[in-house]
Amino acid sequence: MLAVEMKDITKTFGTVKANQHVHFCLEEGEIHALLGENGAGKTTLMRILYGLYKADSGEIFVNGQKVDIHSPKEAIAAGIGMVTQHFTLVPTLTVAENIVLGYTDGITVSQKDIEKKVAEASEKYGILVDPSAYVKDLSVGERQRVEILKALYRNARILIMDEPTAVLVPQEVDVLFESLLRLVKAGLSVIFISHKLIEVMAVCDRITVLRDGVVTSTVKKSETTQVELAKMMVGRETFGVTRQGTRQTGKTIYELSGITLEGKHGRRILNDVSFSVSEGEILGIAGVSGNGQGELTEVLTGLMAPSQGSIKLMGKEITHLTPGQISEAGVGRTPQDRHQGIVGDLSVAENLALENLPVYTKNGMLDRKKIIQDAQQKIEEFQIKASPNDRLRTLSGGNMQKVVLARALSRKPKVLIASQPTRGLDVGATEYVRKRLLEERDRGTAVVLLSEDLDEVLALSDRIAVIYEGCIKGIVPANEATPEKIGLLMAGAC
Amino acid sequence: MIKLKLERTPAPMWSKALIPIVAVVVTFIITSVLIILADANPFTAYYNFIVVPLSSKFSALEVLVKATPLIFTGLAVTFAFASGYYNIGAEGQLYAGAVAAAWVGATFTNLPAIAAVPLELVLGFLAGMLWALIPALLKIRLKVDEVVTTLLMNSVIMYFISALLNGPWRDPETGWPKSPEFFEAARFAQLIPKSRLHIGFIIAMVLVLIVYVVLKKTPLGLQMRAVGASKVGAQFAGINVNRTMLIAALVSGGIAGLAGVSEIAGIHYHLISELSGSYGYTGIIVATLGGLNPIGSTIAALFIGLIDTGSQTVSRVLGVPVYLGDVVQSTLLLVTLGMLLLQNYRIKRQ
Repeated sequence: MLAVEMKDITKTFGTVKANQHVHFCLEEGEIHALLGENGAGKTTLMRILYGLYKADSGEIFVNGQKVDIHSPKEAIAAGIGMVTQHFTLVPTLTVAENIVLGYTDGITVSQKDIEKKVAEASEKYGILVDPSAYVKDLSVGERQRVEILKALYRNARILIMDEPTAVLVPQEVDVLFESLLRLVKAGLSVIFISHKLIEVMAVCDRITVLRDGVVTSTVKKSETTQVELAKMMVGRETFGVTRQGTRQTGKTIYELSGITLEGKHGRRILNDVSFSVSEGEILGIAGVSGNGQGELTEVLTGLMAPSQGSIKLMGKEITHLTPGQISEAGVGRTPQDRHQGIVGDLSVAENLALENLPVYTKNGMLDRKKIIQDAQQKIEEFQIKASPNDRLRTLSGGNMQKVVLARALSRKPKVLIASQPTRGLDVGATEYVRKRLLEERDRGTAVVLLSEDLDEVLALSDRIAVIYEGCIKGIVPANEATPEKIGLLMAGAC
Repeated sequence: MIKLKLERTPAPMWSKALIPIVAVVVTFIITSVLIILADANPFTAYYNFIVVPLSSKFSALEVLVKATPLIFTGLAVTFAFASGYYNIGAEGQLYAGAVAAAWVGATFTNLPAIAAVPLELVLGFLAGMLWALIPALLKIRLKVDEVVTTLLMNSVIMYFISALLNGPWRDPETGWPKSPEFFEAARFAQLIPKSRLHIGFIIAMVLVLIVYVVLKKTPLGLQMRAVGASKVGAQFAGINVNRTMLIAALVSGGIAGLAGVSEIAGIHYHLISELSGSYGYTGIIVATLGGLNPIGSTIAALFIGLIDTGSQTVSRVLGVPVYLGDVVQSTLLLVTLGMLLLQNYRIKRQ
């Protein structure tokens, strides 16, 4: 019998087709993986099932019955529970209080009663929690168990896990998998959203692969391999950009060695990241989002200090410098989120000047004329659609990104950190930004390109490093890089 | 049934310019209910609030007298808020400045005015800075919320002053809790004979200009505005966010200290625990109404000074409580803040 059947689901956001005619079946008592890159439509599909989104068209059946789910409340009533990446627990309440929250009868709550009930549930499902502990004192893994138990306590028979391992340390992952296997043995059905091939192969019975909102295939684990899955996940029929063979690059000027960043509970967000970049070279860093690119950007741009390791620019240590000093040393920086790099309430001209104020100071006063003049010149050079006195907040994403890039390049940097430089931009702006990056490379700049867009990395880079769970999984020269090879590394296959 | 939805869209420029005028009108409509409850005619009341104080030279000058401390505290708050440092402690810093001035005014009896007055100003500024220092350090070193600490420091100084006035500075003859009288040369000169207007007003006006130039024309001002608008963006651009906030906090405290100097040396001539009519807190209203712009906050200070003076007239002529002035001020602030927020939203039919 099918626990869930989603038929012909289509969902669009504006012009983006998040799900197109998606068919998805979950059998009773199985762990079913939803595999795909960022933006493939996995989470959208599950949010539809959980009543957070409404599908434009299509039908949903739960246990053979056609259902119309408008809210999570109705999903819970239909026996569906969802554990998201961001937990929805109240830190200052106890585990038991969190679990029964909104699911109590009567007016009064007896602490003893609920703790007993939660302890019983914990035993019944084999999910170990301490009912009287405060959630704020728990580790991430323990909090996740509370979330799972919360869903089960509400009589969920179908459990949706949205990238459950993203926040866990390896030991916790093992515990999670044991729990999931025990639950399906007891008759539950689990949907496991992931982009990690190893995990999918370790724990799931069947796998549905989504790509660009379309189901590529549904396969049994026993009938597939990691390589085949990677191909289904990232496979591209055509490839737009042709490459001009190997390029001659200059001497190495930017070197990272052993950069490690520890997060909460000793989890290593970045783990021994080492690479080097030469003059006139673009090093692309590919990876599925949330594998440490954001933190790596913050370390490279000086917003965050690494726990260990060093960064050297032309042999000079720049690891623990402030953002201002790093910029002065010759590193042009763009942030992963362009809003992080700008001050929206200041004007375009002021933002462009902000990084290099001494140049724009005359007799202790701001040299307004020079600020405006230089801004005017940058606006022309970078084709920014704005005037110098416009507040930056009012610009489109593409124009904002051009301002960020213009400022990063204004001091003729030796190294350029470009993080997600084209995310969310339209085709024209994307092309322009990519063209500028290539021009910078030709000028002799060492470019570090961090991007979640694999096509972009493949099209622009001379070498490609793949980051996975905070580690560099491998560095591949461009002429040896294929989408399949990189895709396999991105999904953590060995 | 018609379904409505709220949509967020940026406000057009003209709506910003209209806010002060519309806010005053709305405030008057709301507060007229209270005036009617007090058995008075709202129109007569507002005539007395707004027009009567300006109709005689004496009361018009009194408006400036009332506005003077508010210009100082408004500038103090503007300076801090513009950098994203929420200094709620102008009241305490004002008293710190007043204590310093009271010490000068009672101690150096031989100094000529040309030395005594600048000394009061410098020490008052430093005292205000000193009082602002602890919360500022807590903020940048330990990330302790400055709203709480600056506010608490206000109570601390009131106890300190109470101890001073009931201890070493108690008037030896009358036994009143007030500090010794300022000697003649330490007092601010009157600007116009027979009025209370003193050079503190001129100092305030000069300060308006200085703060305006610093905020809008210097690199420091640009850094402050950047930090105030987006700490992350400012940090990314290489600005030392903590240093900028520290400067803003200390200068803000210093300016608030000058408000205390001006009040004690210009009006009271001795320290009492009721020196400030909550000028430090009203400074927050003034700065906010003025859109964190030195010129705007000065206009707001003058307007509040007008309502302050007017509320005396209103209560004398119509017999309504003098507190009505406070109600009008507070309502004006709420209405203005509400409009600043709501101008970014449109109600649309779904």
